[in-house]
Amino acid sequence: MTDHLLATPPAAADTTTPELELAAVDKVYSSRRGTTEALRGIDLQVAAGEFVALVGRSGCGKTTLLRILAGLLPPTGGEVRAGGRPVWRGARRDEETVSRFGLVFQEPNLFPWFTIEDNVALPLKLRGVDRHARRARAHELCDLVGLGGFEKSLPRELSGGMRQRAAIARALSCDPSVLLMDEPFGALDALTRDRMNLELQSIASTTGATVVFVTHSIPEAVFLADRVVLLSPRPGRIHSVVDVDLARPRELEIDVEPAFRETVRSLRGGLDEEDTKRSGAGPWEEA
Amino acid sequence: MEQRGVAKWLPWVSAPLMLVLLVVVWSLVVSVFGISEFVLPPPSAVAASLGELLVDPATWGHVQVTVTEVLSGFAIALALGVIGGVVLGRIAWLEVAMRPALVAFQVVPKVALIPIFVIWFGFGLTSKVIMAAILAFFPILLNVLLGVRSVDRGHRDVMRGLGASRWSTFRNLELPSTLPYVFAGMEVAIVFSVIGAIVGEYLGGNEGLGFLVVSSLNALDAPALFAVIVLLAAVGSVLFFAVNLAKRLVIPWHESVSEKEFA
Repeated sequence: MTDHLLATPPAAADTTTPELELAAVDKVYSSRRGTTEALRGIDLQVAAGEFVALVGRSGCGKTTLLRILAGLLPPTGGEVRAGGRPVWRGARRDEETVSRFGLVFQEPNLFPWFTIEDNVALPLKLRGVDRHARRARAHELCDLVGLGGFEKSLPRELSGGMRQRAAIARALSCDPSVLLMDEPFGALDALTRDRMNLELQSIASTTGATVVFVTHSIPEAVFLADRVVLLSPRPGRIHSVVDVDLARPRELEIDVEPAFRETVRSLRGGLDEEDTKRSGAGPWEEA
Repeated sequence: MEQRGVAKWLPWVSAPLMLVLLVVVWSLVVSVFGISEFVLPPPSAVAASLGELLVDPATWGHVQVTVTEVLSGFAIALALGVIGGVVLGRIAWLEVAMRPALVAFQVVPKVALIPIFVIWFGFGLTSKVIMAAILAFFPILLNVLLGVRSVDRGHRDVMRGLGASRWSTFRNLELPSTLPYVFAGMEVAIVFSVIGAIVGEYLGGNEGLGFLVVSSLNALDAPALFAVIVLLAAVGSVLFFAVNLAKRLVIPWHESVSEKEFA
């Protein structure tokens, strides 16, 4: 195994500005039928280079939280900062701050009219990078995510896993300092998902990007993250934050190690605690 | 792989076979039941009449008139339909406000308006072009309206996440995702344009293939009547396939363009 220092979350030595900072963030959805409180008083700091997983049941507001971070949804209260700068100025977002983010959604959301290469290079195109440089960068990224040779294919010609890789490559194309991922592997089969998790781990360490990763799978969160944030639903609040003290790089077989199992168990305990508080909630479904 | 190959050549074999079958059954029906030539002329008589029609330079003048009417009407419908569809697709309250008028106009049998156009614009090209344009307008308008509304939300998130400008969002997302709807509307519209022009020619004027149909009827020349209809079908097919070809060239990435596979 590698240097154990790598496994300790940089948050421990956090004296500088955190890369991402949420302070007392609230989100209330209003509609004609009334209001829904989606998030209440979210305080969270993510250090540069840290990998944080947000876990919780469907409807606990984890996607809402990620969309607020990404600048896709304005919060109704509180402050969101990235690199010390506010992401939101009222209902308007700060484009410069947001431009340091790379976003991956549950669906690959590739444009069917572009080849994989053009999809991957879309962020560069929007920034006015010339065609030649775009192509070179797209090739590099396709190699990185294991899509070498598929640059000229159309999205519909690829499998679901390959499309999601292309979406990750697209998110990486502008060298984002922050990767925000919303259940990116939720739609993939278990075997593909395992492989994608391994690849994401190595991508995160090669690029050194800060990652916020939303999932409803506790084992996936523990496998990937330095820190796991457990959200409880209605309204979404932070239930607990668990440090994952496992060396990197992590192998898939890590799930048999006692430390891994212990972390999974404690997170699951936190979730069950929530369940007993609200009757009628079903058992935890594993992904 | 093999099935895809079958899908590719099968229509090229089945279409001529069906045509041959049609002609054979047609000949048999005529000879066995001894049907009068005024009711159903035998294929041979129609073929002879078609041959005469094709060598007559006047015929090509009529074809040209009809095609001009169809294409002019279609072009007007395309321009207005796309503009109208985009405006109504973007401005929801306007679409709601316009809906009663649109529905009312859509349910009116529009070919009934031709006499009015004849009164207003005379027996020349204009009344037929307007008829073709009106019939072609609605399928384009409705499809573009739907297309503008159907831009994928996930795709929009991608563009928003990248901080894309209005123009880049239009250029890279809204335009390409609406094009398949525009072409779906165009494929219906070109057929409707032909209908509009022909019905217009039935009612007035002395030019075009529709006029040729009416004059064959007045001369009680059934083989010529059938021959003109065959010619009309050919012209309609060429126009349709031209639109279809344009679609294949402009949106080769779309599912409607890829070869159909057997399920």
